[in-house]
Amino acid sequence: MHPAPSIIVFTVLSGLGYGLAVMLGLDLLDADSSAARIGHVLALLLIGFGLTSSLLHLGNPQRAWRALSQWRSSWLSREGVLAILTFAPLLAGAWFSLFEGVYRAPVGILSVAGSLATVYCTSMIYASLRSVDGWNTPLTSLCYLLFSLAGGAGLASALASGAALGAAGELAWVAMAFVAIAWLAKIAWRRRLKSIVRRSTPETATGLGKLGRVRLFEPPHMTASYLTHEMGFKVARKHADKLFVLSIIIGGGLPIILFGLVAMGAADGNTATALGLIAAIGYLSGVFVERWLFFAEARHAVVSFYGS
Amino acid sequence: MTSLPAVAPARKLGLVIDLDVCVGCHACVISCKEWNTGGYGAALSDQDPYGADVSGTFLNRVHSYEVTPDGGQVVGESGQARLIHFPKSCLHCDDAPCVSVCPTGASYKRSADGIVLVDEDKCIGCGLCAWACPYGARELDLAAGVMKKCTLCVDRIYNETFEEVDRVPSCVRTCPTNARHYGDLADPDSVVSRLVRERDGIDLMPEQGTRPVNKYLPPRPRQPLSDTRSPVENTDGATGFFGWLDSMLDRI
Amino acid sequence: MTSEPKLALSESIGDSIAKTTCYMCACRCGINVHLKDGKVRYIEGNRDHPVNKGVLCAKGSAGIMQQYAPARLRAPLLRTGPRGSNQFKEISWEEALGLASQWLSSVRVDDPKKLAFFTGRDQSQSLTGFWAQQFGTPNYAAHGGFCSVNMAAAGIMTIGGAFWEFGSPDWERTKLFVMFGVAEDHDSNPLKMGISRLKKRGARFVSVNPVRTGYSAIADNWIGVRPGTDGLLILSLIHLLLKWRKIDVDYLARYSNAAWLVIDAPGASDHGLFARDSEGKPLVFETVTERMVASDTAGARAALSGRYELSDGRHAVPAFHLLAENYLDPRYAPETVAQETGVDADTIRGLAAEIARIAFDEAIFVDQPWTDMHGERHAGYVGRPVSFHAMRGISAHSNGFETARALHVLQVLIGAVDCPGGFRFEPPYPKPVDAHPTPHGRAEHFGSSKPLSGPHLGFPRGPEDLLVDAEGKPERIDKAFSWDAPLSAHGLMHMVIANAHAGDPYPIDVLFMYMANMAWNSSMNTTGVIKMLEDKYEATGEYRIPKIIYSDAYQSEMSAYADLVLPDTTYLERHDCISLLDRPISEPDAVQDAIRWPVLTPDRNVRPFQSVLIDLGVRLGLPAFVDSRGKAIYKDYADYMVRHERRPGIGPLAGFRGVNGDRTGRGAINRKQLERYIENGSFFSEHIPLEAQFFKHANRAYQDFAVRMGFFDTPQPVIFQLYQETLQKFRLSAEGLREPFAPETHRDRILNGFHPLPRWYPAFSEDDASAFPYHAITQRPMAMYHSWGSMNAWLRQIHTRNPLYVPGQICDRHGLVDGDWVWLISDHGRIKVEILRTDAANADTIWTWNAIGKRAGAWGLAPNAPEARRGFLLNHLIRDLLPPKADGQRWSNSDPVTGQAAWYDLRVRIEKAQSGHVSEPQFSLLHYPAGDADAPNELRYGREWTK
Repeated sequence: MHPAPSIIVFTVLSGLGYGLAVMLGLDLLDADSSAARIGHVLALLLIGFGLTSSLLHLGNPQRAWRALSQWRSSWLSREGVLAILTFAPLLAGAWFSLFEGVYRAPVGILSVAGSLATVYCTSMIYASLRSVDGWNTPLTSLCYLLFSLAGGAGLASALASGAALGAAGELAWVAMAFVAIAWLAKIAWRRRLKSIVRRSTPETATGLGKLGRVRLFEPPHMTASYLTHEMGFKVARKHADKLFVLSIIIGGGLPIILFGLVAMGAADGNTATALGLIAAIGYLSGVFVERWLFFAEARHAVVSFYGS
Repeated sequence: MTSLPAVAPARKLGLVIDLDVCVGCHACVISCKEWNTGGYGAALSDQDPYGADVSGTFLNRVHSYEVTPDGGQVVGESGQARLIHFPKSCLHCDDAPCVSVCPTGASYKRSADGIVLVDEDKCIGCGLCAWACPYGARELDLAAGVMKKCTLCVDRIYNETFEEVDRVPSCVRTCPTNARHYGDLADPDSVVSRLVRERDGIDLMPEQGTRPVNKYLPPRPRQPLSDTRSPVENTDGATGFFGWLDSMLDRI
Repeated sequence: MTSEPKLALSESIGDSIAKTTCYMCACRCGINVHLKDGKVRYIEGNRDHPVNKGVLCAKGSAGIMQQYAPARLRAPLLRTGPRGSNQFKEISWEEALGLASQWLSSVRVDDPKKLAFFTGRDQSQSLTGFWAQQFGTPNYAAHGGFCSVNMAAAGIMTIGGAFWEFGSPDWERTKLFVMFGVAEDHDSNPLKMGISRLKKRGARFVSVNPVRTGYSAIADNWIGVRPGTDGLLILSLIHLLLKWRKIDVDYLARYSNAAWLVIDAPGASDHGLFARDSEGKPLVFETVTERMVASDTAGARAALSGRYELSDGRHAVPAFHLLAENYLDPRYAPETVAQETGVDADTIRGLAAEIARIAFDEAIFVDQPWTDMHGERHAGYVGRPVSFHAMRGISAHSNGFETARALHVLQVLIGAVDCPGGFRFEPPYPKPVDAHPTPHGRAEHFGSSKPLSGPHLGFPRGPEDLLVDAEGKPERIDKAFSWDAPLSAHGLMHMVIANAHAGDPYPIDVLFMYMANMAWNSSMNTTGVIKMLEDKYEATGEYRIPKIIYSDAYQSEMSAYADLVLPDTTYLERHDCISLLDRPISEPDAVQDAIRWPVLTPDRNVRPFQSVLIDLGVRLGLPAFVDSRGKAIYKDYADYMVRHERRPGIGPLAGFRGVNGDRTGRGAINRKQLERYIENGSFFSEHIPLEAQFFKHANRAYQDFAVRMGFFDTPQPVIFQLYQETLQKFRLSAEGLREPFAPETHRDRILNGFHPLPRWYPAFSEDDASAFPYHAITQRPMAMYHSWGSMNAWLRQIHTRNPLYVPGQICDRHGLVDGDWVWLISDHGRIKVEILRTDAANADTIWTWNAIGKRAGAWGLAPNAPEARRGFLLNHLIRDLLPPKADGQRWSNSDPVTGQAAWYDLRVRIEKAQSGHVSEPQFSLLHYPAGDADAPNELRYGREWTK
């Protein structure tokens, strides 16, 4: 699948934002701290920027409001509805933190529920597609949620260090744990991707399997088309493997080590903050690569018609 | 609405494509393009039409495949691969995944006749329907930003300004080898239904669970020429031949 | 749950419908052009039209983009820079026509043969040939010499008609249809419809073609023959049919020259010619009275074999005797030919067995009494339902004439010419060779300011009719009808530029061409031809071809080399005439012709070429174009179509003649004729009564019908010529036995290529087989027509570039995979191209789509268009001249009998290239002349009509 920058930015940043919102909604950052205040704003900015980015992907963004109508059947619609609905507790939570320095549990719970539900819906947009074997598994949603939470925890930890909160160390452990679990889930997801038997093949696509092996002789167009551009993206296996390893290293290994150092109290104050930030940036970069590969390595059934 | 019709449509209009006679001439491709570019919905645009990166929106395309007998049926003359030309357009599935994923309700399946359409006024061009469709039936028109697909020429099949015989999709009317048939697949007595029965018409990608309405007729089995028994060969050379010739002339 | 939108489902398509004739190829389908707001909204097939009955191919449906292509020329152009620099300025028509008539008139006065006028993809040879005849130059032909003259000539000479658009399988009744060497070509939609219908009926369709695409893909049996060996395959089929005694003796006796006596007197000047009586009629041996009688003697029961004494004591043998002896020879056995043809013996046997079985065991009968030319009444028509069709795959070889002849002989042997279920003639055919003129163009046939004394093209009856001078040197610039190519009934357009450049036989002054992309895909040795157009004489600095006038509707590789460009209209903007005098659209059951008429007015300063030609004719004062006072007889082409009479009562259009428009074929001029055509959907059709429909070559009712129609003035029955005397005359001439004698230099070639009975010889390029082990051919794609199609925004998306398709075995041998770049090398040149693997082709045959490759900047395309950067032509590998032999002659790479360009003889070898992203050779960029093509970045055609 074509790794559209706008979509990658959308899922990564909004996922991150919602993850941070969960941390805030669970009151893991003292509502009266600068960490929480920055956190609320950052979460809202990340989510807002992400959602705006997703609009860039649209052919007719001015009608985007219509996307709220089909929540009965469409995961994309549900995501839109939930995102809008979740803004309420998120804004409320931000208000309470920014202007009253307090945490209100009902708002927090709603923020958590809404954030998780929104991320879940986002993941289900992809996971529900039978046409993309690699995505069509519960592991997809698991990864999205875990990456969201890991990112949120990482950011929370960095913020906590920055504000010199007592919870900084614990949050670093949480971040470490989530990052590790997220990447383990991702490895399992990717192993499945590599090993599953294609549901659809050129033989099933054309129905000509009874006659023999089918390969493409001539495509319907000799240059690209919307279909080949969207669904025909190919990345070389070796290249992809290298990228995946890279993403694990900078998005997994590096943050785990750095958060580990913070968790063990090996650094504190500004150093901890710096480490936390580097970890967060490393994590973010790794997730960008991971998300890029999520699209780039996914095989859409339609490529069967193009002989693959 | 993007929920599929609650009750299965009484009529299931669709196409039957006969792979036994498609010669890959692309008539259906272009006929569809010219009909629809000035017809239902936004024009079917072309980007860089005279340049290096030319591409355009087409609702129906023809692929060509090489099929190599591999323990499968050996066709006609032994061993060699054969070519099969393969038109593809929206299959107007009973269980159309493109309908349920649409967030705005632009993508819908008509309850009266099962045609899957895009209400372009509502389409935001998110492209999710194209992702959901395993058949590649939908293309985003890059100029208009809306999703385009085969409309089964809904603006032709009911068109009362047309003579009855012309109320068929443009591709069906134009196909020079009569490889495309249009009709009601829910009616067991329709021409299309009978074709499917007689020729063992198949679904494309049945494993995707879309229950396509369009059906494909596989190529008919072939009989090798070498199956025909040779007449008795006469070995008596030219003289014998002339003797026979004389006797033939006597009989005339 | 929102409710379903209400749709507007009954909108009318456009404001009006114009029914005319398509011109995206030479099929001539009837189309309905729906117009809206003065633009083309939609083009569909006309259901009432006999050719296509409502269907329309991709090209026809893409007419909109042909009409609005940026490549369209805008105004007459005059070259301002050196030739090939593509520097032009727009000029007025007055200036253009003034200049053209100035050039032409001085030639006409000084030396008319210095005008070489050749036309390409057009369909108006009846006018252009007539014009050239009035001008008085011997140097005219259309493009048949590089297209399919082998097929046309072999057909007319053997059976009085040809495949292609002059004949058709009996789609409704045939039970076995065998097609040789056809990809996509003229008559394409009827072929598609017919093949589909016959398959549906359960009839068998066999396709013989090295490549398995298109029609071959849907064939019940595909025979991947080796290029150039179809003739051998066919002779093997004949061999088997003879061995099995599966021939129609009655049919042979009645309708062919099987019984004609051939003089057996080696060394005599008439050895191998027919024995004739005092009136010149061929003799046969009547078996009852046991004496020689004229072949047309009523009630004669002639011998088909034996050896008989003539009145002068010499002996003669019936032609069929020689035929049988010849083809019973074991060298035609399937086992013997299998390796050469690449077709296994079992398949050859099986095909012959199917032919035999269906022709004889599944014969059909049409219950319609009819009378033959001897006055004998038949109860009905016996149909041997085996039909054939053949095109360029067998024609474009140096042995194509003999191959096509062999196929026709096969048809006659099984009694399947113009019978129910077989191949059927389409009016105005059949016509015997004798009904065709002999060619004109010898020095005595033309002179200053005089018309040519007869039509340019025709059929020599023997060497005495050749267009050569006293030394045997060619009189025509293309050397047609010379010893180089004696029976070149369509000329040799592909040799004009090379010969003019070499001044061999002589230099010319004006080269005038229409719709022929000679500086690109229509020439062999393309690079060489381009250079020839630019070459100058060193001594004088003058161009070797001094003046080039070119007419076409689109900017192309050729328009860049003209000195004067006359821009044509599109087919939607002009009158055209698809005439019985030309290349009509008749069916076996109906006489048909058609017109085109202006459905749109041009939005630019272009004029229809045919009217321009008539205008030039007036300016030059050509007889038949001006009256005795020098006034124009015809206003324009439309006027000519209606008011020109080629013979009394016979004009370009056969329908709606007579003052009341109720006469067909022959009739007075009807000034309302075009309106009547337009009302009728731009075509005319007159049914042939069943009594006259079959066995047209011998059917009294048909012959009378043909005379009434004006095809000829007296009945012209055809006796199928299995044994061809004309060819034997050339042999005798080459053997020095019969005058005029062939020049020494040509004797071997003639002896090798001319045979009274069809013979197979290896294509000339087989000499190269060891160094160049593979064949390279092209197939015409169904969505393009020659070089047309790349300027069309929709069609070009289908074939934006052409890969080289390499059979799997060759790939494996050379370690090639999809996307590799290779050098494809012939003895003439090399090209660098991108390949794809295929396993659906003859194992030794490499191929690509025809004419897709374009030169950068041509056809209104961007300089880096894939057509130019990755597309390519095989033409660069093909010689126009055979490799020089020691004799100092320039031998055309053509069939020795007809001069047909031997495109598919090409032999190559292949080498993997280091890498590649651009095909080679590349040529310097061509710009749209005198301005910008104005190609938009995005098209949204029909946007204003969006609902």
